[in-house]
Amino acid sequence: MGTLLAATIPDALTFAVAAVIVIVGGIGVVCSRNPVHAALMLVMTLFGIAVLFIEENAQFLAAVQIIVYAGAIVVLFLFVIMLLGIDRREALFADAFRGQRLIAVGLGIGGLVEVLLLAGSHWTTGAHAVAGKLNASGNNVTKLGRSLFTTYLLPFEVTSALLIVAVIGAVVLARRPPTAAAAPEEEEVTEAPEPEEVGAP
Amino acid sequence: MSIDPSWYLTLAAVLFTIGALGLIVRRNVLVMFMCVELMLNAANLTFVTFARSLNDIGGQVAVFFVLVVAAAEVVVGLGIIVAIFRRRVGATADDAHELKG
Repeated sequence: MGTLLAATIPDALTFAVAAVIVIVGGIGVVCSRNPVHAALMLVMTLFGIAVLFIEENAQFLAAVQIIVYAGAIVVLFLFVIMLLGIDRREALFADAFRGQRLIAVGLGIGGLVEVLLLAGSHWTTGAHAVAGKLNASGNNVTKLGRSLFTTYLLPFEVTSALLIVAVIGAVVLARRPPTAAAAPEEEEVTEAPEPEEVGAP
Repeated sequence: MSIDPSWYLTLAAVLFTIGALGLIVRRNVLVMFMCVELMLNAANLTFVTFARSLNDIGGQVAVFFVLVVAAAEVVVGLGIIVAIFRRRVGATADDAHELKG
């Protein structure tokens, strides 16, 4: 593991600040009692990751990270939290079974140490520049787009099918089932009574 | 000289561990979902780091696809969560055992 001081001062400083933001945000997501606070901490982590993307010459992905993750996904989370009204605090110290938290922390730290030990000094191995050179001439968006629409054209098209399936699945899941109006649990959902409920047997 | 890739990979491993821990520990379904997002972001950071250190654009394309899959996953997952909460207000992940027929 090379020392952080081998890099130039701005690089090292940027990485350190972004790493602290990422870690603090991650811990905040796990430890905050209120789901709204967890979502805001998630935004913080995503911004830190975007800074690290820029630091690693992935400018397009940094922009997409902000737009898609912080702009769309977290807003969707917040929207669901507000819509369902579940922004109440949660008892953090109610285990499903005794010692679950301790076992989880032990497993997590064990796994992390195992990864760091197994990696050893050989962090990056493999063939170089298989799909295309990253440091070729041109800007990041051009190279990424050319690779996406030539080498990875079929996965890109499959992606569109995946998105269509997700949209249809969300519509089907969120739709109110037509026969469930008579169920007693549905009483608390305030809604105008449906006309066919009157004639129901 | 830019920063050694091992720093990024270590940071990604730590972030992944935090996400996995949260997924195990927390009982609120929405927060568990956010922890999945943390883990996906750790994987993205690893992809970008390998793309830089192996000088390969494929890593960044992989991150692009991970973003798409994450978006689809969030849409479907939140749809499921809304459907669960419509049946039972205040349900946690432990209450899903009522799903068994």
